[in-house]
Amino acid sequence: MFYVATVAILITMALAVIRALLGPTVYDRVLAVNMFGTKTVLLLAVIAFLYGRPDFLDLALTYALINFIGVLAVLSFCQSGDHEPEAKDQSKKAQP
Amino acid sequence: MALLLDVVSWILLSAGGAFVFIGGVGILRMPTIYTRMHAASVTDTMGTLLILLGIMLQAGLTLATVKLAAIVVFLLLTGPTASYALANAALLSGVRPELTTREPD
Repeated sequence: MFYVATVAILITMALAVIRALLGPTVYDRVLAVNMFGTKTVLLLAVIAFLYGRPDFLDLALTYALINFIGVLAVLSFCQSGDHEPEAKDQSKKAQP
Repeated sequence: MALLLDVVSWILLSAGGAFVFIGGVGILRMPTIYTRMHAASVTDTMGTLLILLGIMLQAGLTLATVKLAAIVVFLLLTGPTASYALANAALLSGVRPELTTREPD
């Protein structure tokens, strides 16, 4: 019975990766990566019971925290850094 | 009793999988960043709660249920915080929400 949830989570992760590759702005990519991380936590929890190894729950718990910290770090970088989301030609701009 | 628990757990897992899939389609098909966040929040709350509750019913009263409850608490605390930070960063960087979808007549 865990197969249904596993397949649904895997399909959703694939869709999130497609959005992360397509995303016009950097925030779309951050949103997709955040959702991918959340789905990774769910997938670890489901797989722990699918394969009968409850040790994976520790990994899921750790990944939930690391994912949150990582998303906040990337957002802080995008917000305060000298970063233009959607301009490839501006990368040739003179650096200060 | 065990059969009832199995049936309820299967229903919760299937419903959670359906919510997760709906959110995945929404994050791919929605037009702007804010509507995509709206779609992603479906998977962060409803999908997570239903799937982890279904697993909890399978685990019974063990240490695994405590860990799953901790995962639920962490996800429910960190999800809205990350969403707020994302929307705040997007708005401050100049991405404006589209308030109308078509030209007024």
